[in-house]
Amino acid sequence: MSRYVIKRLLLTVVILWCAGFVVFTLTYLVPGDVAKILLGPEATEDVLVIKRAALGLDQPYLVQLGRFMYNTFIRFDFGDSWVFSSSVMAELLERIPRTLIIGLSGMIINVSIGTILGIIAATHEGKWQDSFVMVIAMVFVSAPDFFVALLLILLFSLKLGWLPAYGIDSWTGYILPIISSSLGAIAVNARQSRSSMLEVIRADFVTTARAKGQKESVITRKHMLPNAMMPIITGVGGGLAVMIAGSPVIESVFSIPGVGAYLLSGVNQHDYPVVWACVIFLALFTSFAILIMDLCYAFLDPRIKAQYSRGKKVKG
Amino acid sequence: MSTNKEVFLSVKNLEVSYSQARREVRAVNGVSFDVQKGKTLGLVGETGAGKTTIAKAILRILPDPPAKVKSGEIFLGGEDLLKKKEEDMLDVRGKKIAMIFQDPMTALNPLMTVGDQILEVLLLHNDYDKAAGMREAGRMLETVGIPAERYAEYPHQFSGGMKQRVVIAMALACNPELLLADEPTTALDVTIQAQVPELINDLKMKFGTSMILITHDLGVIAQTCDDVAVIYAGKIVESGTKEDVFDHPAHPYTLGLFGSLPDIDSRTSRLSPIAGMPPDPTNLPEGCSFHPRCPHATDACRKGQITSREITPGHFCACIREGGN
Ligand SMILES: Nc1ncnc2c1ncn2[C@@H]1O[C@H](COP(=O)(O)OP(=O)(O)OP(=O)(O)O)[C@@H](O)[C@H]1O
Ligand code: SF4
Ligand SMILES: [Mg+2]
Repeated sequence: MSRYVIKRLLLTVVILWCAGFVVFTLTYLVPGDVAKILLGPEATEDVLVIKRAALGLDQPYLVQLGRFMYNTFIRFDFGDSWVFSSSVMAELLERIPRTLIIGLSGMIINVSIGTILGIIAATHEGKWQDSFVMVIAMVFVSAPDFFVALLLILLFSLKLGWLPAYGIDSWTGYILPIISSSLGAIAVNARQSRSSMLEVIRADFVTTARAKGQKESVITRKHMLPNAMMPIITGVGGGLAVMIAGSPVIESVFSIPGVGAYLLSGVNQHDYPVVWACVIFLALFTSFAILIMDLCYAFLDPRIKAQYSRGKKVKG
Repeated sequence: MSTNKEVFLSVKNLEVSYSQARREVRAVNGVSFDVQKGKTLGLVGETGAGKTTIAKAILRILPDPPAKVKSGEIFLGGEDLLKKKEEDMLDVRGKKIAMIFQDPMTALNPLMTVGDQILEVLLLHNDYDKAAGMREAGRMLETVGIPAERYAEYPHQFSGGMKQRVVIAMALACNPELLLADEPTTALDVTIQAQVPELINDLKMKFGTSMILITHDLGVIAQTCDDVAVIYAGKIVESGTKEDVFDHPAHPYTLGLFGSLPDIDSRTSRLSPIAGMPPDPTNLPEGCSFHPRCPHATDACRKGQITSREITPGHFCACIREGGN
């Protein structure tokens, strides 16, 4: 098992290299003179030449790429922002917790509410509870994040005045962003949980448990849910990744200085070190989320665990 | 049936259907039979005849929807199981009546150790603490020929035959008074197939269990049963003691099962002993359901309601043809 984890961590390193290579190359290929964009249209040619040299933009592609890879993956340094001349790494580290608070609390809400809604729908298949949950899921899934966010701001900030409309001066500032970014994921997870519960609800081993005289509530918890859990975990993990990837929108709407907003400003201002850093963080985060998901599978399912430790001759 | 026997379970006029895309699958159509205390009743019939449905109806574990018990009574010790409250059924299932499921590959929870799956039923119906329950579960594994050390292994680490044994151990764990064994041999390879009837007979002797044995293997019936009921399209077409049915089969379908049906066209269908297909349960033939395949069918068979008659005491046959074969 530990061998498997080490293998996966090495794979993560490779994935990050690839992500770094791709994002660097893409920014390199963006048309336009970055120095001109940064300095504005009035800048003279002399100033531009100096700027290009300072940013290393006058070097050939391979030299630039090599320097970027070396700085990023060996020295763990993204350099200074091209716009603000402050350390990108320091800024990123300050912003990461804010994005994670939103993403992870969203996930916890999603797991508890979405999964339970799905289970209720599945165990009451065809009854009003089922239709009710599915209608809610449909509404949540089809309403875009930013739209929900605006509605929530209208109601809770402007009309009722309960919660701040923007900023994170107090922890209450996180409530609306968390809600508006997790509704879609809750809807997706509720539907996923429902369908994977429905798959096991008619499974033979569930009938076996009934034939033992087991209570229905225990059957749901002990036999159905663990067997329905794989797709649910996949859904929750995927939902988290989507939430993090969607953070630019929510963070902009609520003016939260997180990674998402940072990425967005980096793209807008052609501040490429910021873009590189944010993308590599997102890749790192997603890789970890997937690794944790895979470890959950192994924890849940002895067959997958056996697969992971194959070749090591360790059983169980 | 004979009067000096004690009836343990009595099924009367059971009708079950499944609703499937607005059509009604009439799986069981008025089945009545008795199981004597300590005896084994064999239910034989082709695939789709309704055997599993009958067994699940007795335990009330049919999937609802789509299954519906439309009528009937199932008496166990003077009480109609179909009228019992669901929570009272919890004490019947696994304790009074246990079931060995048809497909051992899917009957076990893949995420639970086999020992814990046996433990579950033990703890439900006994006052053991967990440690005593685990010892007992290990002992049950030994009883069916699996070393108790394999308690903590998962179903995927067992062969099909061993899974079947685990399923049997689970069913026998609480000494049920009635065992519903649904084709306990079909999933097994030939060598193990031979062992299961022996195993079942051993256990029956040891615990004095009554049993309904579902199978389409006449050899298994011959080895293990006292009484036999032959099912066709959700109806019992012939029933009696094993001797009655094996030595003096009367219904043309039973005769077909024994391969003694005079049938000239059967060269094309060697695999099935009877020419033709089982009827479509959403659209059963009128009159005798067997008439499309019966070599003796007459107009009377196609129309009239066929009732069961007692040929010799205790030996019933649902065919209007006089004199048997
Ligand atoms: N869940 C279900 N939904 C709809 N129809 C069903 C369902 N289960 C069984 N049936 C139908 O009911 C009829 C009887 O099925 P049953 O499983 O009782 O047959 P069986 O005698 O046990 O057959 P086999 O020997 O193949 O196990 C069949 O026509 C089958 O198609
Ligand atoms: S009733 Fe008629 S069709 Fe049915 S089994 Fe007897 S002879 Fe054949
Ligand atoms: Mg069956």
